[in-house]
Order: sequence, then structure tokens, then C-alpha cells
Amino acid sequence: MPRRDDLHTILLLGSGPIVIGQACEFDYSGTQAVRALKAEGYRVVLVNNNPASVMTDPRLADRTYVEPLLPATVERVIERERPQALLATMGGQTALNLAVRLAESGVLERYSVELLGARVETIRMAEDRQLFEQTMRGIGIATPRGGFARSAEQARAVARAIGFPLVLRPSFTLGGSGGAVARSFEELDRAVRWALDQSPAGQVLVEESLLGWKEFELEVMRDRADNAVIVCGIENLDPMGIHTGDSITVAPVQTLSDVEYQAMRDDALKAIRALGIETGGCNIQFAVDPRDGKRRVIEVNPRVSRSSALASKATGFPIAKIAARLAVGYTLDELRNDITQVTPASFEPALDYVVVKVPRFAFEKFPGADDTLTTQMKSVGETMAIGRTFAEALGKGLRALEDGGSGLGLDPQLRDPAAVREALRQARPDRIRVLRDGYRAGLTTEELYALTAIDPWFLNGIRAMVEAEEELRRRCATRGGLPSRAELREAKRLGFSDRQLAALCGVDERTLAEHRRAQGVRPVYKAVDTCAAEFEAHTPYLYSCYEDEDEAPRTDRRKVVILGSGPNRIGQGIEFDTCCVEAALALKQQGIETIMVNCNPETVSTDYDVADRLYFEPLTFEDVMEILHRERPDGVIVTLGGQTPLSLARALEREGVPIWGTPAASIDIAEDREKFYELVVKLGLRLPEGAMATDPVQALQHAARIGYPVLVRPSYVLGGRAMTICDNEDDLRAALAGMTGEGPQGVASRVEFGPGRPLLIDRFLEEALEFDVDLLCDGRQAVICGVMQHIEHAGIHSGDSACILPPLGVQKHVLEAMADAARRLALTLRVVGPMNVQFAVQEDRVYVLEANPRSSRTIPFVSRATGRPVAGLAALLMAGKTLAELEVTEEPPPRHVSVKACAFPYHKFPGSDVYPGPEMRSTGESMGAAFRFGPAFAKAYAGIGEPLPRSGAACLSVREQDRMGLVPVATRLRALGFSLFATEGTAQFLREHGFSLEVLARAGGGSPNVVERILARQLQLVLSTPLGPRARRDDEAIRRACVAAGIPFLTTLEAGLAAVAALRELGDRGGDVLCLQELHERRAQPLAGPVLGVQLRVAADHG
Amino acid sequence: MTLLPSGPPALLALEDGTIARGAAFGCLRGEGVGEVVFHTGMTGYPEILTDPSYCGQIVLLTYPHAGNYGMPDGDGESSRVQVAGLVVRELCRSRSGARRSARLEQVLEEAGVLAVEGVDTRMITRRLRTRGALRGVLALLPPAVAASPADEQGFGAALMERARAIPLMEGSELTTRVTLSAPEVLEPTAGPPRLCLAALHFGAKRSILAHFVAAGCRVTLLPASASAEQVLDTRPDGVLLSNGPGDPAACSSAVAATRALLGRLPIFGICLGHQILALAAGARTYKLPFGHHGANHPVRDERTGQVSITSQNHGFSVDAASLSGTSMRVTHRSLFDGTVEGIASDELRAYAVQYHPEAAPGPHDAVPLMDEFLARLAHPRPWER
Ligand SMILES: Nc1ncnc2c1ncn2[C@@H]1O[C@H](COP(=O)(O)OP(=O)(O)O)[C@@H](O)[C@H]1O
Ligand SMILES: Nc1ncnc2c1ncn2[C@@H]1O[C@H](COP(=O)(O)OP(=O)(O)O)[C@@H](O)[C@H]1O
Ligand SMILES: [Mg+2]
Ligand SMILES: [Mg+2]
Repeated sequence: MPRRDDLHTILLLGSGPIVIGQACEFDYSGTQAVRALKAEGYRVVLVNNNPASVMTDPRLADRTYVEPLLPATVERVIERERPQALLATMGGQTALNLAVRLAESGVLERYSVELLGARVETIRMAEDRQLFEQTMRGIGIATPRGGFARSAEQARAVARAIGFPLVLRPSFTLGGSGGAVARSFEELDRAVRWALDQSPAGQVLVEESLLGWKEFELEVMRDRADNAVIVCGIENLDPMGIHTGDSITVAPVQTLSDVEYQAMRDDALKAIRALGIETGGCNIQFAVDPRDGKRRVIEVNPRVSRSSALASKATGFPIAKIAARLAVGYTLDELRNDITQVTPASFEPALDYVVVKVPRFAFEKFPGADDTLTTQMKSVGETMAIGRTFAEALGKGLRALEDGGSGLGLDPQLRDPAAVREALRQARPDRIRVLRDGYRAGLTTEELYALTAIDPWFLNGIRAMVEAEEELRRRCATRGGLPSRAELREAKRLGFSDRQLAALCGVDERTLAEHRRAQGVRPVYKAVDTCAAEFEAHTPYLYSCYEDEDEAPRTDRRKVVILGSGPNRIGQGIEFDTCCVEAALALKQQGIETIMVNCNPETVSTDYDVADRLYFEPLTFEDVMEILHRERPDGVIVTLGGQTPLSLARALEREGVPIWGTPAASIDIAEDREKFYELVVKLGLRLPEGAMATDPVQALQHAARIGYPVLVRPSYVLGGRAMTICDNEDDLRAALAGMTGEGPQGVASRVEFGPGRPLLIDRFLEEALEFDVDLLCDGRQAVICGVMQHIEHAGIHSGDSACILPPLGVQKHVLEAMADAARRLALTLRVVGPMNVQFAVQEDRVYVLEANPRSSRTIPFVSRATGRPVAGLAALLMAGKTLAELEVTEEPPPRHVSVKACAFPYHKFPGSDVYPGPEMRSTGESMGAAFRFGPAFAKAYAGIGEPLPRSGAACLSVREQDRMGLVPVATRLRALGFSLFATEGTAQFLREHGFSLEVLARAGGGSPNVVERILARQLQLVLSTPLGPRARRDDEAIRRACVAAGIPFLTTLEAGLAAVAALRELGDRGGDVLCLQELHERRAQPLAGPVLGVQLRVAADHG
Repeated sequence: MTLLPSGPPALLALEDGTIARGAAFGCLRGEGVGEVVFHTGMTGYPEILTDPSYCGQIVLLTYPHAGNYGMPDGDGESSRVQVAGLVVRELCRSRSGARRSARLEQVLEEAGVLAVEGVDTRMITRRLRTRGALRGVLALLPPAVAASPADEQGFGAALMERARAIPLMEGSELTTRVTLSAPEVLEPTAGPPRLCLAALHFGAKRSILAHFVAAGCRVTLLPASASAEQVLDTRPDGVLLSNGPGDPAACSSAVAATRALLGRLPIFGICLGHQILALAAGARTYKLPFGHHGANHPVRDERTGQVSITSQNHGFSVDAASLSGTSMRVTHRSLFDGTVEGIASDELRAYAVQYHPEAAPGPHDAVPLMDEFLARLAHPRPWER
């Protein structure tokens, strides 16, 4: 069945800000979908409020609405654009739930919009755990025994019927939100409350625990002619009970025989047929009892999922792209496999390698959070590695994590058997390394299996790695010298990195690497080709391994290697991938061969058709160097992928690698506090007074001299890791104790400091405004691209602070002073490409906080706000173009206002410290754009799931120094008809200023208190500025209550002011919807070359 | 000395001069001689190794790990290992799974089959793909030879010469090696027989027979050399032409018997049986460059447009052009290379598919084909409803 001609305009929903459980995999799927639909000639209207995504590049869709993913907004987009169809299966749970609501409220029918990809009944049947269970029972497929509850009493009834332990799974949630394991009635009551709160449908499945069973996933594609294929089977190394998103997973399935695998495949196909999943991709999860092979189906996600992204990268089968085309009428056999070019998409990929995905956690960011791995997803990113064997892939996957490890091994502390047993009782992120210790301590596979329920096949794979390591260690120790050629080759084939081997033999990495190369032990590169070499591959999607044949001939074109950003983590995420993708496309258009290196399966950059060549490899010095040795590129770009590639710059340069863009020496100056200080002073600019300390005593001395409050931070960190504000000497002592591991916070907050890694101590600028400036520089000239004013004052990490572009109400001379300082810094540092400078402004004095001569987190936001493709231009500058050649000049600030708000993962980490501070904790961001500040701000906040209330009750609680500023806030709230509440001190102050209001105690203190009122849904807005360490517990309770109730919790006066300004301007309809294209129109400038989608082959052609 | 225990060195020499060194396992006294083919399935090595169609072939598994779940009881497609040799990237020495199973290396050892691990299987696959199936010899490297690179080279060269002397698959009649010597009757699993099938046993896979038996058929297995009369003597409702090894064109007596049965009884052919049916109808077969061996092959039913993912294992194919003028028409085609995957004649009630509806290993998409044939026996009606 060919493409449907009755459709003209298709509306596509994205997934919004990055949150745990819903990350940039939906940028991958959405981008593929936009490109595929465009290539088919449809007009594509996109709604996604995540400015950091590739898909919101206004050159991609015809209309790009950076608007909140809410029914009302989308309805207005529909009203304006009149699409004939809606594709909601590419934007994760957010888009799917939204589509259901639009259908249920009759909007789709009213505007005759057809839902593509999945019917509402299908979505409901798959997502409503109860309907799902019934449907499966109807076709004879077993699900776990259980029952449904809408109240604690109903849950107890189920518990009485099946007994403990029980697993709770709320309907319609993502990332296992609200899921839990309950072992007693008390635990159950608590867990049910939480679960019901999290489920939009207020329904939770309470079921028999299958903890310890094996967990599998199948990725299925089906077309409207009922052709169906399994794209990939994925086996979780971690057993049931650990969310698949947090599990180490392996593709293909390793421990099932064909008989068992095919039976599972049969069930999968039966299930999706029964659910009526007509077109596109879906994900189905199974549990298998390791004792007898009994099988249960756990869930079906009737959409493209995190695992689909993984499966796409693992097999070379572009699930989202194919799903989009199936949705508009094609059948699988009509679509061609891009890689082989001669075979159709209706087949099941054959792998001749092993893929391992390893999750990346960020518990160090959330001290106090429960770091055990459970049914609720907690990881923030992942790496994928491809190897010829499980061991090789696991080794690569672990060293790609960039968590300080270099593979499986090299752990400084060795645990004894008792410690191993203790550590494995509950799975934690380090479990895989504990297993190694277990084997080294003499535990057997049987014992480790009993402790972890990890299939012995995987355990024995790990055991082999440990045994090889031990053997090599023994030989190196007894014989001395370096490993032989054969030993090196074997170790490499088992996934060991040079760094591990170097440590084993007691030499440095470089010596080992040289020795290895001298021995001729070098990787070869093989292609991911969907077919195990049965057909020729036409897309160079490569991975390294230690084998005989290298199958990707080197080319002789002018070429550049772009180093990507690795696994997502807090502080380094999708925005850097967006920069890399934009750069690759811009350079490709110039005829330069682009080579992408990255190891993050969720990203667009690891799509095989973004760059000319893709190396799916860890971003370690070793792996990158091997690629560079082989490719001998004309240049390497290290400044677009965040801190990951940047930290390799010096080492690469030392090897004679041509680094494009800003010289490595300049990068070093910017990163080195002392050198940077010198530079700033030389330029006559101002910095907060600061000093460096290498031990606690020195730190205290410096702080006393500089004067409190001080900001303390370790050097060489990203995202403000372990930064603290100390109001006085006691605070500082506590912070120092925490860092050295002596304090109560222990390991989680431990940071290295000492000679060579000094602690930086700066005067903390109180009540200062903070700004981010992004610019482009070609070495001779610098052009400011965007100036962002933070809504929160300095001291909240720039990545966590809401901001606005252009700044509002800031004096012209201040803006000019910043622009001037930024330009001078860029020119002095001989920046070629992008640079970001952060400023704090206190009483009209401009302080430079830091300069990052690299692509910053804000570049995509600036690009979306201004319409200028900053990262692409930066890449062209690095390739030797000048600003003049590119016709890039400074533009007046846009006439519309763009606001960025940040999404935090607090509700995933109950119990953790909840303050925004100088350490970054947000996972994603949303953008709101409008011609006035108010609606822009309201949209941005609505976009992170905290819509501003139009009316109701507001509670104010601010510290002493904020009180004067509170008067206008309170005045406006009163004018808007809000009833006011306040805590003691604040209330007294406001009463003195003529307000009448009710007093509430803060938290536990008394009744009525703020927390109770929030939970009773009697408050709709809370403004509470931190009252210092002593009130921290109360603040925490309030924040948690707000998170649970889903109401905005504003923690700065500035945010409060912004909110009331927004409220005032919000009409009944909450502002008009606007697309980027129309916002940018008036400042239109010629865009460089053809747009993304055009490069796609119009490829309906089969045969 | 390797870091982890491994077998003694062995060489795989191909006729094109490719020589790969790996570590031996399985039967270390054995030697593998035959045509080298690659299989792209990711599960199902027990079924592959015991499939009689692989007689005379050294099988290379493109999926790197083999032995993950041992050799589970009951997964065999015949009572013994049939391949002439096995080439894998890595043998898993520990096996997993809930079912009782033997170790892969032990089963091979008992079967006298030599296997090798540690070779760059993808490299060899790429050679087979570009150069076509190659004959090869798999042999242990004698310790004395292994010590000197020059000797090793000489040894390899000698193996290669031997590979070149192996009879070509074209023209090889191999069914006699795997068929039965005397008829055998399989009774239905439960109850009295619903239907009776006569099966010409060219090396039939257990799963095919098991399917029909489970469906209530009495299946009479006949040797590959059985004549049409011998078939008719069993008074069957239909005839089954089984899968099997070798060149169909060399199976002249089976072709003759089939020709004599055509039109007299409904016939169902699988794999070699499909080729024999085509030959009997007057078409030709030819050798494919490297054959189809895998569990992911898309086949389109030309009448319904429906695509099945199928299990395949064949080195020869029916020449589509040669079917014109015969009673047969093409019913199924491969979406990988367009070759004929199924033929039928409603008039003669003869049907056949080149692939394996019984799967084993592979997806079950085409299982219904076997039941459709039975349904046709019970109530004669055209192939398509
Ligand atoms: N009955 C159960 N017993 C034990 N673990 C379970 C059970 N049901 C689900 N899980 C675990 O919880 C995880 C999350 O559940 P799931 O329903 O898949 O949530 P999500 O929709 O977030 O993917 C699964 O990956 C699995 O490991
Ligand atoms: N001297 C200072 N006074 C007040 N706030 C500061 C000061 N220095 C840094 N900050 C705050 O800390 C945040 C993080 O500091 P920064 O140096 O930008 O770290 P990172 O390198 O992680 O971005 C800044 O965004 C700013 O809000
Ligand atoms: Mg789900
Ligand atoms: Mg799940």
C-alpha cells in the first residue's frame, strides 16, 4: 500500500523537557519522524517545548511550535494549522497521554484529525493495566497475578489475596514513576498513596512479585497489511525488579534457546495483534522464570520507546523512521533497508556482534537519595557499546561511562567476601564492579547468582574477564615486563582498556599504548549492517574490535572528526548532541566529510545518516586516538560535545592531532582558574575575589580574608559538582569535612582536592543578577549571539536557573559592558567557534564568573530564540570560514521574549536535598516564547509541568532580606484575586504593610501548616525563599509536598516577581500559540544551504 | 599460553587461499571437510548442527557466541550431529537455561566433529558472500608445525590443496547418506490417524515429522530411493517430499518417482523436496552463489502479498524462467533476492516451499502452511481460498 495522498498536514508531538525515563531518545525518534515525513512530501507541524532538541531546529519541520505539551495548547495549534492527522507515537509517554486526552475531549473529532500510529483504544488497552490484563487473558497469555486499586483499602484486599512481596505499577506513567515494592502492609499503604498520586488515571496495579525472574524486551514493527517483524530482542542482565532503564541490557538475547525465543516471539505478535497495534513500532516486556522457563508478559508500550532507540542503534534498523512511514500508509516490504539498499525493511536484523547498554546514574547530585535500583527508573543516561563478544562489549560500555572507571576493574578498594555479600544484598549502581570483587574474593558463580539473580551466563562472562585479569596480573608480577603480543590481543578481545592493562603492569597508559602498537595489536573496524554481512553495507556505521579484517576503507576527502558528548548526565545532555548534529550537517553541506564519534544510543548524532561516517565508540583517549590514527582527519572538533571531548583536547594535541577551532592552550587558560584570573585582570575586567587552597587550613584562612559568604568548589568539574555556599566558618568547616569524606555525607559528596587539584574559594556575590552571553568568534572578530538574563539570582547554577532572552529592564551600559568584556575575552583567547561567558552584576558592577570557550548548554536555546543556527555556524568558523564570509553580524535583540525553565528530577529522589544551588540538578528545560514577558514565562513554567494557577490561594514565606521585595508580589497577587497565606515572620511584615492574611506554620511545627494545606490541595502557589540551614528540613518538606501536588514552588523573589507578572498577563486562553518560523520571520536571514530533510532520499522506491 | 584456557590451534583453509587460525574444540581427533556455509541465525545452533541438510558442509555461525544454552534435550533435528565441522567466534563454556542440556563441546566430541573458535568469522562470511560458497578443510595444527610460522604456512597450503580436491556440491547426491535404509511408520501422538502421509525421507528434520504426527497423521517414512509404486503401496492421502542435503539435480530416482506421483496424489515439498518437485515438473535448478542460511528471510506470498519471516537453508534454487511451460507457478518469492521460494499447481494438488515452515530454528510465521496442506487433503480445495 503506497503513501497516503489524502493527508497533507501532519501534526507531530514531541516529548518535552528531558526527565528521567524520557530523555533524548525521543529527540532521536521525533527527528527521524520529521525527516521521514518531510521526505514523503507532507507538511509537518511539530509541537515540542524542548529547545535543546534537534527536532526543534526550525529548518526541520514546516511549523515548529515551542509550546507546552498541554491539551489546550495543542488544540490551539490544531485550530490554527488544521492538520489531517496526528502522530503521537514518537514523543514518548507525554505525547501518547496527550493524544488520549485530545481524543477523549473530542478535540480530534471536532477538527477531523486522525490519530496515526496507534488508535486510542489500543493506547488505552496497552496503558491501562487492567484492560491490558484482560486482553492478554483473552488470548491465553499470562500476566503476573494481581489486582487493581484506586484506594489503599483496595490495595490491601489484593495483598490479602496474594500475599507479600507485592509490586505496585501505576497506569499511564513513565519510567516506572510511582512504582514500588511492598513487603508489608505499612509499606503498602505508603507506596499506594505515592503510586496513586503519580498515576494520571489514579489507578495502580498491585501484583505478585516476579523479583529475580529474567527480563526481556522485544521490539516489534507491524504494518497495516499485518506484516510484523521483531527488530531486536534485548535481554536484561539485571533481573526483574530493576527497571529496564536502570538495567544493564544486552542484545541480542543470550540465554534463551530458539524454542524459548520463538515462543516469546509468538506471544509478542499475538499480543500486538490483540491490542490492535496497527502500524509502527512497539515494545513488549517479558519476565521468564529461570527455574522452569515460565513466561509472563509485563507490559506493552504502543509507541517508540527508549528501548526502540537502543534497538535501532544496536541493529542499524531505523525504527522511528520506518514507523513514521508505516503510519502514512506504506507496508514494510515497500520500504527499503537503507544499509543494504537492496533488501526491504520487512526482515529481522541479524547481529554478528554483541551490544551492551550500561546506564549512567547521578546519585552524587542528590545526597540522601535512595540509590538502590528498583522498579522506578533512576538513571539519567546510558552508553551503548558494540563488541564481538559480551566481554568486549561490557568492557567498552563500562569505560564509556566516564565515571572514573576504565572498564571492568581497576577498582582501588577490594571488598572482602562479607562486604561483597552485603553490597549485593540490594542492587546499586556499582553492582557490576562488586561482582568482580566477589570473584576476586573467591565467591562462586552459584553464590553470586543466589545474591543477585543475574543469569549465570552473564556472571560467567564476568568471571572470565576477572580470571584473565588475574592471570595477567600474576604473569606481569612474576615475569615482569609488558604483556606479549598474544596476551595483549587476548586481553583486548576481552574488553580491557589500555589504562587497565597499564595499571596491571605498573606502567603509564602511554607506554602501554606504544608497546601495544609496536606489537601490532590494533583494532579493526567492522560495520553494523543489519544482516551479519550477508549483504554489502552502504552506510559506514562502524565499531572497533580486535579481529583480522578491517572492512571500512579510508577515504581521501577533506574530513573532520566531531567528538560527541557521551552518556547523558546532569549538566551534559541533549543540548551538546544538538550542537554536534548541527555542526555535522553544516559541514557536510560544505562538502567536508564528517565523522561522528559517540557512544550514546539515545541521540540523533548516532543515527547513521547524520554524519558521513559513524564510529559507535567510547570517548576515551584510547578509543578516539585509534580512530584518528586510522582516519587521519584534517581536523578534530572538540568544542561542541561538552566537557567530554574538551577534556581530551590537551592529550590529543600532544599526539599531534590537528584540533580545529580554539587552540587547546586557550581552553586550558579558561579552565585553569589561576591563569584565567590573570587574563581577566590583564584585560581590566572584574572577577569576584578568590583564592585557591590545597588543604582545609588554607581554605579557612583564605575565606577569612575574602570574607563570608564564600563559594567553595573543586577544580575541574562540570555542572557545579560539589559546589557549596558557606555563610560562615562553621558552614565551611562542615563542607570541608564532607569533601574529605569525614563528614556525615560520606562518600557521595567526596571530591578530590589537594596539590594539583586545588579548592577554589570565591567571594559569594549576594543578590547579584546573573547573565549568560553566547558569542561566535573567528579569531579576528566576535559577534554576540545571545544575552540571557537569569531569573534567579547568582548562586543558582546557570543550568538550573530560569532565564530570559533578551534581558528585561537591564541598563544599556551594563549590557554593553558585558558584551564588550565577552568580545575582548574571546579575541584574547583567540577563540575560533563558540564561547559562553557568565557574568554576575551586583550594583551595576559587572563580574566575570567564567568563560567557556566551547559550545554551551544555552546555544540551542539561543538558536531557537533568535533563529540563528549558532552551532552550525561555529563549525563553519572552525573549518576556516570567517564571520564576514558567513555574513554573521550582530543583530538587534529579538522583539519577542523567550523564557527557559528547568525541569528537576526531585520526585524521583524523595528524601534528597531539594535546594536549587550552585550545583546543577535539573535534567531538562522547556522554552516559552511570546511577544510579552508574561505569557512567555507562563508557557515555560507550564511546559515543565508546573502551570501557574490563575486563581486560588498563595503562600508566601521569605527570609528577612527578601521582605521589602515581597510587597509588589503580594500586591499583585491580591489584585488577581488570590487569597494570601504566610508564615509567621512574613505575615507579620505583610500585615504591617496593610495586607490581611492567614498565618500558617511551616511544616511539622503546628497546625494549620503549609505542608498540610498543600497536600489538601488548598494552596495553588508557594513562594518560599530559603531561610538558611536551620529551616532546611521544613523547606524540604514543603518542596516535597509541592512536587507531590504538582504546584509551582518558587524559591527566589525574582521568580515570584516573574510569576506574578506572568499571571497578570495571562488571559483566559493563556496566550496565543506561536511557531518559531513566524517569530523569526521578521528577522529573517538567509539560512545556510538546503535544510536537513532534503538530504533524505525520497525512498518509497522498492525493487 | 593464552590467559584463559583454550583448545589447541586449528586451521580452517578455504579453496580461495583464505587461512584462518583458531582454537579447536569438539572432537580433537576429527577433521572437517566440506563446503563452508554461513548461517545468520542468532539462536538455534542445536537445530542447525543436527539438521541432515547440512551433511557435507562445514557450518560457520555468524553470531559470535555459541553454546550459550548448551544442547538442550529434545532440540535436535535428528539423532546426531550432521555438520562436517563448526566454525564460531567464541564457544561459551558455561551454559545457561532451565532445561536439561549437554555441553556443546561435549556433544561435538562424542559425534566426532571438529570445531574451531576464535577466528574472524565475519571476515570469512564476507569472503563467502563475495566469492560464493567455498570448499574448505578444518584441521588441527600438529604441535610440531605450530611452532614454526613457515611450517604452519606449508600446512595451511596443503589443506587448501585438499579443499580444492573436495567434490563440488553441484552434482553431489548426498541424500543416501542421511536417509533411512528401510521404511518406518510414525503413529499420531494421540488417537487414531486422521490422515496418512508417505514421506520420502531425504534427511527429514524431526520438526517436520513431529508437526504432522502431532496434527494426527500417520507418517510412513520411505528411503530416498523409494519408487512411486512403493509410495502408492502405503496408500497415503498425500506425499511429503522432505528436506535434505546436496544437489537436487543429482537425485534422479527421487525426481522420477515424484514425476510418476504428480497428479495422482497431493504432494507437499519442503526445501530439497521443493526442488525435486520442480525438477519433476520439468523445471531446472541451479546453485546459488552462497545460498540462503538463516532465520530472518522475508518471503512474500505472491497471491496475498503477505510477508512471512522464514527459516531457510538451501544452496540450490529453482530457476524461475524454467517454470514457464510447466504445470507449476511461482507462489512465493524471496524479498532478499527475488528467487523462487514456493511453487504450486492447484490442478495437480502439488505444493512446495523452498524454506522451512517447521522453522526449527527460526520464526513460526509459516507453520500454518503445513496445516493448510493437510486441510487440502481432508477437503480437496484450491490452495487459495
Ligand atoms: N510483577 C513484577 N515483579 C517484579 N518486578 C516487576 C514486576 N512488574 C514490573 N517489574 C519491574 O519493574 C520495571 C518497571 O515496570 P514497567 O511496568 O515496565 O514500568 P514502565 O512503564 O516504567 O516501563 C520493569 O522493568 C520490571 O523490572
Ligand atoms: N562568586 C560568585 N558569586 C555568586 N554566585 C556565583 C559565583 N560564582 C559562581 N556562582 C554561581 O554558581 C554557578 C556555577 O558556577 P560556574 O562557575 O558557572 O560553574 P560551572 O562551571 O559548573 O558552570 C553560576 O552559575 C553562578 O550562579
Ligand atoms: Mg510503560
Ligand atoms: Mg517498562
